[in-house]
Amino acid sequence: MTSQGGVQYSKIAEIKGPLVVVDDVENAAFDELVEIETKEGERRLGKVLEVGNGKAIVQVFEGTSGLSISGTSAKFVGKLMEMPVSKEVLGRVFDGLGRPKDGLPDPIADKFIDINGEPMNPEQREYPKDFIQTGVSVIDGMITLVRGQKLPIFSGSGMSHNILAAQIARQANVVGTKDDFAVVFAAIGVQYSEAEYFRRSLEESGALKRSVLFLNTADDPAIERIITPRVALTVAEYLAFDLGMHVLVILTDMTNYAEALREISAAREEVPGRKGYPGYLYTDLSTIYERAGKLNGRKGSVTQVPILSMPSDDITHPIPDLTGYITEGQVVLGRDLFRQGVYPPINILMSLSRLMKDGIGEGSTRADHSEVSNQVYDAYSRSQEVRALAGIVGKAGLTDIDLKYMEVGDMFEKEFLTQVTDENRTIEETLNLLWKIVSKLPKNEITKIKDKYIDQYYQGK
Amino acid sequence: MAAKGRIVWVSGPAVRADGMSDAKMYETVVVGNSKLVGEVIRLTGDVAFIQVYESTSGLKPGEPVIGTGNPLSVLLGPGIIGQIYDGIQRPLKELSKVSGSFIGKGITTTPVDMTKKYHFVPTVSNGDQVEAGSVIGTVKETDLIENSIMVPPDHPGGKISNMVSEGDYNLETVLATTEKNGQTNSLKMYHRWPVRKPRPYKNRYDPTIPLITGQRVIDTFFPIAKGGTGSIPGAFGTGKTVTLHQIAKWADSQVVVYIGCGERGNEMTEVLVEFPHLKDPRSGKPLMDRTVLVANTSNMPVAAREASIYTGVTIAEYYRDMGKDVVLVADSTSRWAESLREMSGRLEEMPAEEGYPSYLASRLAEFYERAGRVRAIGSPDRDGSVTLVGAVSPSGGDFTEPVTTHTMRFIKTFWALDAKLAYSRHYPSINWMNSYSGYLGDIAKWWGENISQDWLSLRSEAYGVLQREDTLKEIVRLLGPEALPDEEKLILEVARMLKIGLLQQNSFDDVDTYCSPEKQYKLLKLLVEFYRRGQQALKEGALLSDIRAMPIVTTLLKARMDIKDNEMPKLDSLDITMKEQFKAITGVKITN
Repeated sequence: MTSQGGVQYSKIAEIKGPLVVVDDVENAAFDELVEIETKEGERRLGKVLEVGNGKAIVQVFEGTSGLSISGTSAKFVGKLMEMPVSKEVLGRVFDGLGRPKDGLPDPIADKFIDINGEPMNPEQREYPKDFIQTGVSVIDGMITLVRGQKLPIFSGSGMSHNILAAQIARQANVVGTKDDFAVVFAAIGVQYSEAEYFRRSLEESGALKRSVLFLNTADDPAIERIITPRVALTVAEYLAFDLGMHVLVILTDMTNYAEALREISAAREEVPGRKGYPGYLYTDLSTIYERAGKLNGRKGSVTQVPILSMPSDDITHPIPDLTGYITEGQVVLGRDLFRQGVYPPINILMSLSRLMKDGIGEGSTRADHSEVSNQVYDAYSRSQEVRALAGIVGKAGLTDIDLKYMEVGDMFEKEFLTQVTDENRTIEETLNLLWKIVSKLPKNEITKIKDKYIDQYYQGK
Repeated sequence: MAAKGRIVWVSGPAVRADGMSDAKMYETVVVGNSKLVGEVIRLTGDVAFIQVYESTSGLKPGEPVIGTGNPLSVLLGPGIIGQIYDGIQRPLKELSKVSGSFIGKGITTTPVDMTKKYHFVPTVSNGDQVEAGSVIGTVKETDLIENSIMVPPDHPGGKISNMVSEGDYNLETVLATTEKNGQTNSLKMYHRWPVRKPRPYKNRYDPTIPLITGQRVIDTFFPIAKGGTGSIPGAFGTGKTVTLHQIAKWADSQVVVYIGCGERGNEMTEVLVEFPHLKDPRSGKPLMDRTVLVANTSNMPVAAREASIYTGVTIAEYYRDMGKDVVLVADSTSRWAESLREMSGRLEEMPAEEGYPSYLASRLAEFYERAGRVRAIGSPDRDGSVTLVGAVSPSGGDFTEPVTTHTMRFIKTFWALDAKLAYSRHYPSINWMNSYSGYLGDIAKWWGENISQDWLSLRSEAYGVLQREDTLKEIVRLLGPEALPDEEKLILEVARMLKIGLLQQNSFDDVDTYCSPEKQYKLLKLLVEFYRRGQQALKEGALLSDIRAMPIVTTLLKARMDIKDNEMPKLDSLDITMKEQFKAITGVKITN
């Protein structure tokens, strides 16, 4: 160990993958921030994964390429990794570790916050139930989003998840309120063009000045991606719970995050779980997704819309699988619909919003909302069965009522699901469209709606 | 003598400390300067391997570790009901007073308010002999719960003296002393019990009384008995949590312990927000007055998740010993198994399937064996039960993964949730072909005596229709529905009616959310009658399309929502309407 100006530097003993093993360590703490300095004076950041018996295993965020054992030294900073925050972060662009990327100086910090956050006390949470109108019919009508929810988009490579997320970010608002609203966007290992699409979309809608962007693009260091969602959520929590803003957080693409985690786990030679992902992937993902919600006695909220691409469109892959177990529902994009050119290509049968039941109904949307959407779910599901059957026995083998359901399915996709990217439908319009679909069915097929609503809204014969 | 050691290594929730030769296995220790709670899980020489129940960020080698001499225990006494605890029985409400909206570290609190006074009514007098488990008096814990103050199971008992008179006392008051073999021991309203040690009982009974949950697919098709075990596996989005919430809300038990083990924070909040407003259908009192929550959400420390299951089941056994029926719901045992896996990995143990430790099966077995309907120790005689219901979250919805397969070996009721049913919004999405109940024969007697003698035969007849439909579906898939004769089309129609009118249940509908056993029986009977009359009508020459077009079909499908539990005569009148409509269609045919 050497000492320069009172600061302790330690020697590097081993470099493997994204990890360095530091020797002669005294007084280092678990999770502590580390500065690695190369011979050339380049500085990189890392954190302690394991410490003891005079050694520390440090994960280097910017990667280890170019590091050498001789000449490289590590400094234990004496604190956990923190993000400086203040109202000035709004309108700014940062890199994946939270350093300015827009050429402007560091924002003057109001305070420094540990990026790992602390778990919210469930007793102190406020149950989310404020309906957010996204203007996208299928979401508002069938997979309703509420403030403080975490609702991921499960997509596949090449599909239109970014367009959808950007549309939600532009249009989302709570009907009848003028609360402070902010968008936090974290690009995690996505292509530069995708990150740029978001930035431009926010700029064009005038939302950029109330947005904060964290960009780790595909050519940025992979291990940095462990940090990117955490700095973004730290800022989001500050804006929400200290400044009282309603924050929408978009994290894209969580698959890249999980891959970075796997890389570290493999370098540590840990026993892998499914598909080589570490056994603690669920716990680790939860420390990101659970950072959404509302708190008793505080004004703001954090709503998360993480995006992940399902490898080979497989929903049982560990990343979407474990995500679905943590998040409050999922919006699943369907390859078939996408191929047919439907936008948004949302497969409603596989999609779900767990918090919908409390966000809709009298006082927020309309009293008949839950029942009419249930009936349409049921009808669309029937129409899919009939379509499959028609593929085998042909239309001639179908009964009249089966044919009716096929019509309903087509109508659902053409008139309700399909929407242009700047079309912002009100909830009234959305619900009326649902009734238009239900009215195609004969009355005795309607088993999920109470008679009083049928009397009020049903337009069929 | 308590061990005093020093941390030598930290990695996540796992800590190694040396100088710990006095430590015992599973002893609770205080770790580091910030006084985190931990538990010894391995001893090698003087090095103890400790799992820490709180976040270890910032912990350094060299910091002290101090033994407490005691295993991980819970405090059992009045004041537990209505609380929300973390995995090691720290009340979350008290934690928030210290650390605000987020959970801080190293906070010590007592699980219940030790200064609160309860009105104590003694049931024994000076000079009486008591033994371990005997009741010495009662206090009113909540409007719904009368708490029996018991001699702790590990107490020597003896002759009572210095008994206090009826009055208001707090938990620390010595209520009485006992004398045995010249030794004097005191009795208070509370005692402590180690969580990993099952509480003793006199003997076990066969489970013959059904636990009525008010959920038709459970009570009518796949029932669970009081003191039984059940498991509910399902991929995400299949409605596990909603089903578990329904059981916690409506089960006819006196106490409900709900363990949120590695699950979503908002789900616990939902229980906290909803239960105080929901009324127990039997007593009319708020459900929170009989509920205890143990919440260790997914982002809370992983080691405490492992402990939360034991904390919950020990609390359940405590109320069982008072002679109460207790339901324990654990959501989810898979997350608990994952915490075992994570600690096992840090201990560098040889993994078995999918990285889970080889003792996964034995741990699951130990947990489920703590269920049962038992005669409690001590006097007077008390019979209570603990019913265990565990959710399983199989990765990728694959029921062949280790946690599901091992769980199936130790439980008797299996409610298999089905993603396909959930996608078509058939809730609860319990698949009737893959689920089973080992209690059907045991509890049929209860239904026979309390509801109706033909319950079991009706249930078998309805289940037979569902089984026939399952085979017929294959033919329909290949040839279309028109290829079937009318008798078989009728089976498809009746199966559809059973699915919509009986198996499906809308937990968000005020009427449908709870269905009394009587209403369940009547709906079942109506649908089976429909099938019988339909068969008869076809024989007499009626057309299937006429049967389908009868207005009674839609009425029967909506009866579950339209007719309330206190409107049974309305259901009876449906039978008459049905008979008339059948008569009409067969009649029409004859006049032609």
